[in-house]
Amino acid sequence: MADKATLPLLTAVPKTEGGSPWLTKLRRTAVENAERTGLPGVRTEAWKFTNLNALKALEPVAATGTAEIARLPAFADLQAVELHLSNGTLTHADAMPEGVDLVGLAEPDDAPDWVSETLGTVAETAPHPFTAINTGAFTGGIALRIRKGAAVETPILLLVDTRSLEGAGTVAAHPRILVVVEDGAMADLVEVHTGGGAYVNNAVTELVIGKDARLGHYKLQAESGEAFHIAMTAARCAANSTYDNFALSTGATLSRNEIRATLAGRHIEYRINGGYLACGDQHMDTATFIDHAEPDCASHELYKGVLADRAHGVFQGKILVRPDAQKTDGYQMNRALLLSREAEINSKPELEIYADDVKCSHGATVGELEDDQLFYLMARGIPEERARAILVSAYVDEAVDHIQREPIRDAFRAAAAEWMQKNIAGAPAEGGL
Amino acid sequence: MAATVDTVRQVEEVTGRAYKHGFVTDIDMDMAPKGLDETTIRFISAKKEEPEWLLEWRLKAFQQWQQMKEPNWAKVGYPPIDYQDLYYYAAPTQKPQLNSLDEVDPELLATYEKLGIPLKEQEILAGVVAVDAVFDSVSVATTYKKELEKHGVVFCSISEAVRTHPDLVKRYLGSVVPAADNYFACLNSAVFTDGSFVYIPKGVRCPMELSTYFRINAQNTGQFERTLIVAEEGSYVSYLEGCTAPQRDENQLHAAVVELVALDDAEIKYSTVQNWYPGDEDGKGGIYNFVTKRGACRGKRSKISWTQVETGSAITWKYPSCILQGDDSVGEFYSVAITNNAQQADTGTKMIHLGKNTRSTIISKGISAGRADNTYRGLVRVGKRADGARNFTQCDSLLIGDKCGAHTVPYIESKNPSARIEHEATTSKISEDQLFYCMSRGLSTEDSVGLIVNGFCKEVMKELPMEFAVEAQKLIGISLEGSVG
Repeated sequence: MADKATLPLLTAVPKTEGGSPWLTKLRRTAVENAERTGLPGVRTEAWKFTNLNALKALEPVAATGTAEIARLPAFADLQAVELHLSNGTLTHADAMPEGVDLVGLAEPDDAPDWVSETLGTVAETAPHPFTAINTGAFTGGIALRIRKGAAVETPILLLVDTRSLEGAGTVAAHPRILVVVEDGAMADLVEVHTGGGAYVNNAVTELVIGKDARLGHYKLQAESGEAFHIAMTAARCAANSTYDNFALSTGATLSRNEIRATLAGRHIEYRINGGYLACGDQHMDTATFIDHAEPDCASHELYKGVLADRAHGVFQGKILVRPDAQKTDGYQMNRALLLSREAEINSKPELEIYADDVKCSHGATVGELEDDQLFYLMARGIPEERARAILVSAYVDEAVDHIQREPIRDAFRAAAAEWMQKNIAGAPAEGGL
Repeated sequence: MAATVDTVRQVEEVTGRAYKHGFVTDIDMDMAPKGLDETTIRFISAKKEEPEWLLEWRLKAFQQWQQMKEPNWAKVGYPPIDYQDLYYYAAPTQKPQLNSLDEVDPELLATYEKLGIPLKEQEILAGVVAVDAVFDSVSVATTYKKELEKHGVVFCSISEAVRTHPDLVKRYLGSVVPAADNYFACLNSAVFTDGSFVYIPKGVRCPMELSTYFRINAQNTGQFERTLIVAEEGSYVSYLEGCTAPQRDENQLHAAVVELVALDDAEIKYSTVQNWYPGDEDGKGGIYNFVTKRGACRGKRSKISWTQVETGSAITWKYPSCILQGDDSVGEFYSVAITNNAQQADTGTKMIHLGKNTRSTIISKGISAGRADNTYRGLVRVGKRADGARNFTQCDSLLIGDKCGAHTVPYIESKNPSARIEHEATTSKISEDQLFYCMSRGLSTEDSVGLIVNGFCKEVMKELPMEFAVEAQKLIGISLEGSVG
């Protein structure tokens, strides 16, 4: 049952009158959708395993003020151009590389056509209340365009930080990110979400990937331990494009990372991998949806979860193969490692297939570390605690290894290692053996 | 490729194939008036000469049912069912107590004859299979009763059990599937008309396989079977359920409930072959099959095994489940579901691991052809105390033709780190390579497809008791005509 009493999360409703017609319409529809559906309850199938009562109990105010954002140590060495979104506001932007256009979304009324024509066309608001709230309430964000044929070598590093400033109490930010990769263009985008104290970060990332284009899109969710992180990534890919997506979640008390992609052309290669590392009382929900709308596309998905203490992990992955999408090659795997008696995992990998000439498989495993692997290491003189940490580390690396760009892969590996050192006894200092 | 076209064509031929078991037997019916209210329930209860407690139980269920909503989460679509437009009681005309088959209405026996599963043949077939034949709602013939009695096995209709073993029925009825468990089970609890009751005493290995053939007859009659099987400590029973139904134009509702209870070291093997009328090419007239089947492994080292071959019905909504309460108990689910034309099947299982070192295996094979939709929906849940629980799940789907759908919806929930759960699912079609391989060795396309489909289902078919395996193969043959040699 939807709970309508919780729309306080809709912290700011900038003018739904008087602005540019496209934006007014977009916002008004979004607010209507948000109000109609309300926030989802556990009887909503897509949110079955995630109880939002704690979030609903909040009465957040719009995040105001801005703060300096520093890189996390894991990303210190990454060569990149930087963008900062503090409480939803663009506070810093390095000079963009050749072929890249940047537009701030604080005053999107005057945005160029490529923004007004794409914003809100991929991330649907009707079925997704949080996306609707973001669309209605975003007060800032960025739009990036990678121009036709541009090959951008330097990764674009987007640091998103949310925190309560000036004694504002619990705040909510709704950062909006739009990336348009034009035909034949290539780029890498890294999102890092951090913050301080208790807050809600309700982010939406919309991606339009053109023909023959390639986008690497990597996200680290390292919010503060009291934060709520609700994120929607929605991508539409055109023919012959490659979309390499990776998401690692380590932060927030409750997080939901939803990634939806429509493969709307032939011969698309979609890679969607990631990991969720949770301890304490963290609740981490990963939801992925892959829409094979056209023939001859391949999707590969591997998610690995590590759940310690009383952590609760949720994985819901769905692959839809539409009637015309013949020769689809779809693979999905979710593995979860439970490290404690109090940890819990709910996993729902789902296939919905309407084409016959397809190769689709999925799998899911849940369990603890293998005894014989432990034995192997211990027989070589490695103490048990250390042996366990090595195995967990190797387990996580298997997912991280799927990141296609090496410097970015190294950064994520370091981020995972950092989490290990903090939370797993005996973890090696540098992430390696 | 020509071969593919051939395959599709063959499957389409099936479409045009008339349902082999479609005929109607005219026998006088003793009916309750159409519709459902307390009067109907009192009528059924009175007809069955039931004790007061059971009537109360039914009425309570009815009250709860009225508060419930028909579930809509399954991936099946059908026009709304008008529960007031159905008959809830129909029995062949009475019926003195029968001592042998000779006393059974000859027309009834002829019906079975036409189905190719005559009781006589069963009788001869081994002296092994006891048939509690259910014609519509009331058991009319029970064979081998004496032999079973010698071992202390009770095998009778549930109505009879209410009279002869009221304590057992009262103790176990609704103990696995509570009256208000779900919409259809609740309806069944209110209006169930008959079904089987089996009780295997301590330490007894049931000397023969028990079998009930169901047959839906009489237009507009919902079938509300209630089956209860109790296996005492150290006992074993294998129960066979098979169904065929005559062709009808109006949908027939079937909402059965099956409850199994296995105590320490007991084992129950429950096998089903279901071939009810699937409807015409557009699914018109087929059976709606909403079934709640659940087994409770209450005892230590107990085991419950479900095997099903589902080829019929316009709509199948069925999730035979195991509640693994006892330490070291075992649950198994083997399923072949074939859907063709406009058939829709949403079927699977639930394995609820509560006891230590409980194990479960799920093997599901879905075959979808025509415009059919075939969904596996399953839950594996491991509770906090289920140390060392183990599950293996394999769901394979085979698509024949490009108009059908195959879906897999597994839920995996674990609260115990020492539990090991594995799920894998694949979707594929009959590959050109496989067909070419067979055909290059001289097999016709038809035989090749048959061979491949057989191979695809083999893991499940081998779990069927021998008596059933033959029939099951026949039914697959009917469902995918020409595919099975």
